[in-house]
Amino acid sequence: MVSGLIFLVISLYFLVPLGATFYWSLRGEKDVLGLEAYRKLFADTNFLPAFSESIINAVATILLSLLIVVPTAYWVTLRLPKLRPIVEFITLLPFVIPAIVLVFGIIRLYSRPPLLLTATYDSSRVLLICVYVALSFPYMFRSVDNGLRAIDVRTLTEAAQSLGANWGTILFRVIFPNIRVALLSGALLTFAIVIGELTIALYMAQHTLGPYMANLTRSKVYEPSAMAIVAFAITWAAMGIIDFIGRGSSKRIANTE
Amino acid sequence: MKPNTTNSKSVNPVGGAKRPPRIAIGHWLGVLPFFVFSGLFLIGPTLILAYRSLEGPEAGLTLDNYRQLVNDTVLSAYSISIKVSLTTAILGGLIGFVIAWVVSMGDLPPRFRLITTTFSGVAANFAGVPLASAYVFTLGRVGLVTALFKLLGVDLYKSGFSLYSFLGLTMVYLYFQIPLMVLTILPALDGLKREWREAAENLGASPIQYWSRVALPVLTPSILGTMILLFGNSFGAHATAYALTGGLFNLATLLIGQQISGDVLHNPGLGYAVAMGMVIIMAFSIFIYSMLQRRSERWLK
Repeated sequence: MVSGLIFLVISLYFLVPLGATFYWSLRGEKDVLGLEAYRKLFADTNFLPAFSESIINAVATILLSLLIVVPTAYWVTLRLPKLRPIVEFITLLPFVIPAIVLVFGIIRLYSRPPLLLTATYDSSRVLLICVYVALSFPYMFRSVDNGLRAIDVRTLTEAAQSLGANWGTILFRVIFPNIRVALLSGALLTFAIVIGELTIALYMAQHTLGPYMANLTRSKVYEPSAMAIVAFAITWAAMGIIDFIGRGSSKRIANTE
Repeated sequence: MKPNTTNSKSVNPVGGAKRPPRIAIGHWLGVLPFFVFSGLFLIGPTLILAYRSLEGPEAGLTLDNYRQLVNDTVLSAYSISIKVSLTTAILGGLIGFVIAWVVSMGDLPPRFRLITTTFSGVAANFAGVPLASAYVFTLGRVGLVTALFKLLGVDLYKSGFSLYSFLGLTMVYLYFQIPLMVLTILPALDGLKREWREAAENLGASPIQYWSRVALPVLTPSILGTMILLFGNSFGAHATAYALTGGLFNLATLLIGQQISGDVLHNPGLGYAVAMGMVIIMAFSIFIYSMLQRRSERWLK
C-alpha cells in the first residue's frame, strides 16, 4: 500500500513532463487536437537531412566501434589479461572528460597543421565520428566483455583453430555470432547516445540532429514538442529492444543449463 | 569463473608455443586500434589542453592560469555547477534509492520492477535537447503545469519560480539523475542475501535493527559511490543546460562553451585551466566512486 503510493507519486514526476509535451505536440493547429506539429516537423526541409546524417553517423560509429572493441575485448580475455586494467581504465575516460572539455581539446588539436582535420565539413564529420567511437568505448566494451564472459571463448577458439580456421574466421564466424546479443545491446546503446548528441556536434559546426533540435527550440513553437516526443520514442525503442533481447537470451541460457 | 585466462602461452597447443614472435605481434595488432583511437580522440585532446593550461604569455611553463581561476566569473560558475551537482546527487540518490527499494522489496507485483528498469534505461539516456524541451512545455512560462497552477490562482513566475534558474535546472537534472541511481543501486539491493535477514531475525533483531545494523552498513559504500557518480554526471552535463538556457546560464560547462565560441574570459590560458579544473574534479569523483565500488563488492557480489 505504502509502496504503491510512493511509486505513484514518483511516477508522476516522470510522466507529467512527457504528458505535457505530448499534449502540446497535438496542439499544432488552432483549437483542434491533431498531428499538425508532426506534419510540420517532417515537412521542415532541414529535418530529414539532419536526421539521416545523424543516423549514418551513428551506424558508422557502431560499425567502427565494433571492429575496434571486439578484437580488443577478445584478446584481453584470451591472450593479454595483463592489459585488462589498462583497457578498463581507458574505458572510464569518457566519464572523466566531459564532452564540452573533449570537444575543446579536439578543436585545439585538429584545427591547425600538422593535424588539420577541421578544414572542410566532411573532414570534420569524419573527426566527429571518430570522437563518437572513442565515446562509445565504455558501453561497447562492457557489453562485449559481458558477452565474452558468458561463453567459453577458449574452447570455441581452440575448436575453430583445430579445424583450420584463421583469426579472421574465428572472430567473424565464431565469436561474433556467439555474442550477437551483447553486440546488439552495445550497438543500440551507442545509437541512443549518438543519435541526438549536441555538445560535440555543435562546436564542430555539424548539421546533425542535436544542433538542429537546439535551433528548433529557439525558432519554432509547436514543432519542438513533436521533436521531443519523436526523440523519446527513439530512445525508448533502443532501450526496449535491449531489454527484450537481453531477456530472451537469459531465458535461453537458463533453458540449456 | 574465467578458466585458463592466465598462463595462455603454456596451455595453448596451437598458438604461442610454435611461433611465438609472430603471434605476439598479432596479439598487439588486435588491441592496437583501440589504443590508437583512445590516444588520438580521448587522451591527446586532453593532454593538449593540459599543456596549454600550463603555458603563460611568455615562453616556459607556469601555474599562472590556475592561480587566475580565483576570479568572480570562474568561481561563481564552478560554485553553481557544484551546487546543482551536489543537490541533484543527494536528492536523486535518495529518491532513486527509495524507488529501487520499493520495486525490489516492497509489496508491488514484479511487473513494476520491469517497467521501472526499462523506463529508467530510457530516462537516464533522455538528456539533452528533448529533455529541456519537455520541461519548457511543462514548467516554462506557457507550460502545461504552469497553466494549471494559474487556473488554481497561483502564478508560478510571479511568485519567483523560474525554469531557467537553479531550482529549474535541478528539477530537470533529476529527470536523468534519479533513473541512473535506480539502475546502479538495484543490483546492490539484489546482493543483500536473504540469509543475513534470516540470521538477524533468528537472533531476535527487529526490521529496524536489521536495516540499521546489517543492510545499510553493507549498502553504504554503494549508495555513496553512486551519489558521487551522479555528482560527476551532473557536473559534466552541458547539452541539457545549453538547450534550456541558450548557453547563457552561469555553469562551468557553459562557461567553457562560451570560451570556445569566443574567448569570453579574455585569456585563452585561463580557458584551458577552467577545462582542466573540470577534468580534475571529475577524475577525483570517478576515482572515489571506483574505490567505494570495490569496497562494496566485498559483500555484494
